[in-house]
Amino acid sequence: MAKKIDVPFNGTKEQEEKLRAELAQLKTRGDNGLMIAALQKAQDIYGYLPEAVQQIIADELGVSLAEVYGVATFYAQFSLYPKGQYKIGVCLGTACYVKGSGDVYKKICDTLKIEGGQCTDDLKFSLDATRCIGCCGLAPVMTVNDDVYGKVTPDEVEGILAKYRD
Amino acid sequence: MFRSHILVCGGTGCTSGNSMKIYDALVERIRKEGLENEVHVTKTGCFGLCALGPIMIVYPEGAFYSQVKVEDVDEIINEHIIKGRIVTRLLYMETVSEDGGIKALNDTNFYKKQHRVALRNCGVINPEKIEEYIAYDGYEALGKVLTEMTPQDVIDVISKSGLRGRGGAGFPTGRKWQFAKNSVGKKKYVCCNADEGDPGAFMDRSILEGDPHAVIEAMAIAAYAIGSDQGYIYVRAEYPIAVQRLTIAIKQAREYGLLGKNIFNSGFNFDLDIRLGAGAFVCGEETALMTSIEGHRGEPRPRPPFPAVKGLFGKPTILNNVETYANIPQIILKGADWFASMGTEKSRGTKVFALGGKIHNTGLVEIPMGTTMREIIYDIGGGCPNGKKFKAAQTGGPSGGCIPAHLIDTPIDYDNLIAIGSMMGSGGLIVMDEDNCMVDIAKFFLEFTVDESCGKCTACRIGTKRLYEMLCKVTDGTATMEDLDKMEELCYYIKENSLCGLGQTAPNPVLSTLHYFRDEYEAHVRDKRCPAGVCKKLLRYQIVADKCKGCTLCARNCPVGAISGTVKEPHVIDPNKCIKCGVCMEKCKFGAIIKA
Repeated sequence: MAKKIDVPFNGTKEQEEKLRAELAQLKTRGDNGLMIAALQKAQDIYGYLPEAVQQIIADELGVSLAEVYGVATFYAQFSLYPKGQYKIGVCLGTACYVKGSGDVYKKICDTLKIEGGQCTDDLKFSLDATRCIGCCGLAPVMTVNDDVYGKVTPDEVEGILAKYRD
Repeated sequence: MFRSHILVCGGTGCTSGNSMKIYDALVERIRKEGLENEVHVTKTGCFGLCALGPIMIVYPEGAFYSQVKVEDVDEIINEHIIKGRIVTRLLYMETVSEDGGIKALNDTNFYKKQHRVALRNCGVINPEKIEEYIAYDGYEALGKVLTEMTPQDVIDVISKSGLRGRGGAGFPTGRKWQFAKNSVGKKKYVCCNADEGDPGAFMDRSILEGDPHAVIEAMAIAAYAIGSDQGYIYVRAEYPIAVQRLTIAIKQAREYGLLGKNIFNSGFNFDLDIRLGAGAFVCGEETALMTSIEGHRGEPRPRPPFPAVKGLFGKPTILNNVETYANIPQIILKGADWFASMGTEKSRGTKVFALGGKIHNTGLVEIPMGTTMREIIYDIGGGCPNGKKFKAAQTGGPSGGCIPAHLIDTPIDYDNLIAIGSMMGSGGLIVMDEDNCMVDIAKFFLEFTVDESCGKCTACRIGTKRLYEMLCKVTDGTATMEDLDKMEELCYYIKENSLCGLGQTAPNPVLSTLHYFRDEYEAHVRDKRCPAGVCKKLLRYQIVADKCKGCTLCARNCPVGAISGTVKEPHVIDPNKCIKCGVCMEKCKFGAIIKA
């Protein structure tokens, strides 16, 4: 479970206009089944899905907030809490796991003093265990935002994190 | 005419190793040298040999450069492209023949036993150019179907070829299409399952990245066969390159009139949309996938009614996996007999496997069904690195099982794998050596299914959790022999009482390891010992007195002061203080510390 951090929702008017425009665009698609795409757009804009954002989606799609919440909490991609500025992912797919990615994951937890799914207090780093990202030749693999690090050992963790610290 | 072609792998594996920067550097240098009209640089899909990435091939010589760095680009251009001298130091050693010349890639151990049908264009064409696909007979099968064949002809060919679903369960594709064709309804759907969720399997992604048009063409053929005009590709959002190339491919196909209205002037209409998955393993199950496309929580539905009768949005629907589709155009062009001539009696054709784990040549291989595990692991994969002993191969991901070393000569097909307690699955093949603990591996998979169980069925939601807890007891050394029997009983209970494939197969990793590696479980329970030295709570670090030089390095690095001894005398570890962090073993220069 994600660490609850009291971050007041401070979405801007521009963000809300953008979301409503995206939702209007989606609705022109004409079929049902817009919810997941709507949540994906919203998360792209806000970075996460606070209640206020879920309410906008519920209103626009004409469904209950409970239904939006139900879908948002079902899928791993959606987060109800903000993520860090640098999102760390450690692949815990089988190929990486048998090559020791579990140790890399633990080392990051220890170094940042957070658990998987959590974010550091300064909102700098968040950590998630990811499923296979598909470059098994580089196992074990960790990612920081869009940077991919392959054949990582626990000893290298500090050095990699240091690149993003300031 | 270009005098030279440079193919750079743009698959996810090589891209993660910076291959796109290499591509940019090549293009830039060639432009600077004014060689744009002589040398052509192109990005392709996956070559399959991900262990050696980033990869590039330079033709006409066929020089296969591996583990290329951006810094190597200048040397390749100066030496190879300008002076015609191959940069030997970057060549994949397997391609260098004894006389120093270059062997064809197909003669190397990795490629020799492979037979590429589904992957035939991966690493060959530029997936972002429809013209290249067309030049390799692309869309010819669709043309043939629409102008020369009836829908029933198409289904007959597919049925006769013996093609079975490559997503895991192996249902005959032709029969599935026949059911959907027979269903009455004005609106029908054709879906593609590209929600590749098995950890360690990445063939569907590679096909979408390397040959997206093959999937689009096959879906159009399927639509014609069952009488549909709308398709959906459900693809993981975690595969950005695949999504991007599919989007480009669909756009190009529309521009060429290969999707849309009145295709090939035949009166047949078909269009395609992409739906992005949002990260749920259960959505690989067909009914859950459809529920997800409809925008809901991806929970499975009871069958019957089967999707061929009542599927997406309540209409007749077929759903096939990416790799299944990738075979279709070839079967139409070359005939059912050609396809049926490969493989075994009940499993025709080829299968793509993603080799991973403790194996030299990690990557993608496509082999005829019936190839033995030994050929895949040793002849193609090059065996376990560092001289370690092969212990087991895991197939079928969280739904499959571990195949022990003594069954390594089993010919691989759908039925053989099920008979030995595993399954084909989507084709992940993870190799494990003597350093992997089989109880730990079973626990790893259960942790995965606990996380991914959708929660609909009690047996799966709670049963997998309890099973996981029992496995934890085993790895902690607190389980009893009775627990092992209880575990087995619970496994069967979960299998029998779950609605969908996730729950029905979730206990397989436990059952297969219990069956083949019961001695390892018993060592954990009876002797409180982990033979592979993985389970931390059961580990004891010891210093071998003969090897210890008394250098004190371990004692100085121990975070809890558990190591004592005088200088130049053998040291000892106090097991009561030791937290089993392993630092001492890492630091010891004499190999004097062992896990027991």
